Amino acid sequence: MNIIIPIKQVPETSNVKMDEKTGTMVRGGVESIVNPLDLYAIEVGIQLKEEHGGKITVITMGPPTADKALKEAISMGCDDGILVSGREFAGSDSKATSYVLAETIKKIDNYDLILAGQQATDGETGQVGPGIASFLNLPLATYTSKVVEINSKNIIVERLIEEGYETLKMPLPALLTVVKEISYPRLPTLRGKQKAKKTDIPLWSKNNMELNELELGLNGSATRVVKIAHPKVVRKGTILKVSDEKTLNEAVSRMIKFMREKELI
Amino acid sequence: MDYHGVWTIAETNRGKIKEVSFELLNRGRKLADKLGTELASVLIGNNINNDDVQELIYRGADKVYVINDPQLENFIVENYANVLEDLVNEYRPEIIIAAATTSGRSLMPYLSVKVNAGLTADCTGLDIEEKTGNLLQTRPAIGGNILATIKTPENRPQMATVRPKSTKPAPRDDNRTGEIINIALKPELIDGRVESLGCKKDEQEDVNIQDADIIISGGRGLKKAENFGLIHELAQHLDGVVGASRDAVDRGWISYPHQVGLSGKTVLPKLYVAVGISGAIQHLAGMKTADNIIAINNDPDAPIFKVSDFGIVGDLFEVLPILNEQLAKEANGR
Repeated sequence: MNIIIPIKQVPETSNVKMDEKTGTMVRGGVESIVNPLDLYAIEVGIQLKEEHGGKITVITMGPPTADKALKEAISMGCDDGILVSGREFAGSDSKATSYVLAETIKKIDNYDLILAGQQATDGETGQVGPGIASFLNLPLATYTSKVVEINSKNIIVERLIEEGYETLKMPLPALLTVVKEISYPRLPTLRGKQKAKKTDIPLWSKNNMELNELELGLNGSATRVVKIAHPKVVRKGTILKVSDEKTLNEAVSRMIKFMREKELI
Repeated sequence: MDYHGVWTIAETNRGKIKEVSFELLNRGRKLADKLGTELASVLIGNNINNDDVQELIYRGADKVYVINDPQLENFIVENYANVLEDLVNEYRPEIIIAAATTSGRSLMPYLSVKVNAGLTADCTGLDIEEKTGNLLQTRPAIGGNILATIKTPENRPQMATVRPKSTKPAPRDDNRTGEIINIALKPELIDGRVESLGCKKDEQEDVNIQDADIIISGGRGLKKAENFGLIHELAQHLDGVVGASRDAVDRGWISYPHQVGLSGKTVLPKLYVAVGISGAIQHLAGMKTADNIIAINNDPDAPIFKVSDFGIVGDLFEVLPILNEQLAKEANGR
């Protein structure tokens, strides 16, 4: 069972701070991490490898420093990493990113399964996984919450849908994007970290890949960001402070009155 | 360029049209009117009934393309993408919008690669740029901290998925007329590799906070799972459903289907009551468009008050019992 896992290095944004004056993200001190949702794909991959043998290759497209993300995946239990990096890829949207990762996977060849996180926590598009599947013309399952069964030819998975779960039977190779429910990511081990340190991460770019330059970076991107705004929603509501029993009762009565006036009760 | 017309992808569940299809028509109608072009819905499935097709016209579609075939009973992304790719190549719409649901967010990226289109995910706002006629697609990013506006200057069609409940469904007008175009499924469009083995309902949970008119949400201020009883009680009095902040869900006080916010659900109720929720930007992104917002929180500086129409700064453990008692009295008095 040979598995390829495309991952992304993202800024640690769960506690992002915005500069109120300039309205931009405060980048100083923001750490780069493996996209948290990709860790679930890595965990499933490792579990499948433990059960069925084979090899896991993690790939990423990003700046030269993104090799750190690949090393972290290796320290969890993946085998190899490939960093796709170069100026030609700058400004890629989800389509251009999907193209390059699909070409990377083609070049690796000899794979049974591709696992990806549902989406990245920075862009939050969830489009790169399906985009890779489309470029490679692979069967796709998104929102995968469980691998029910797998053999050398087929995989049966459950995926989350609005009404509950759907079960799909797909031939291999296939591409799955996974959600949190599927696993709980393990931590890197000390031995894993030592192995990651020793593992060479090859650098791939237009110099050693056969790429259509028109599909790369800004050229290959159909979408352009034209404006960034900083949402400020303010409603001028009535705010009542409770300080004793009297103000408490009054606040509650006024709230009920408010709801009645708005015909909510 | 010979691309024209706005398309919406109608969504069904067991043959019945989902409400989100009408939300798409609401957005699509405005775009089509601005462009002076026609609005069409595409309805793919099996056992599609005529009333449903007609309903799409009443809700604003000028045309409905219907592809009705037993082989399209289940949403299989490869099949649906093939069918749409074929239609796009034939009819060349300039804009395609679909719901940002588990199917829309699979189908649209798969399709956009096949037709070499630009695609923007999970939009909360769509508009037409006056000078160019380009689609302006606005979406929250970086945890709701920014709103990015994106356009697709060259590629056609321009594709976007739209957050369910980010707008109201189009109003119904049963005087509207439109054209129904039935299209036979070409057998070669069935991919045949993936097989659906069926669906099961989530048995633990039967909550649909997205369809509720009144939502009472609890957050970290509740301090422990048992205290959600106060929220349930208030929800009962107000005939609402129970929502929650991510904090409450992450602490295991309530299950994920209740979660409101960027990583949960976007809701658009008539009344949203936030109890013990400070109002992190990720939470606000999921509820700030509610018609009426009430907040109860002991921190006067909590951001939730900035988006509230009515707020009580006080200890929720004092406020809620009195509130529940008053509402119970009123109910008995009536």
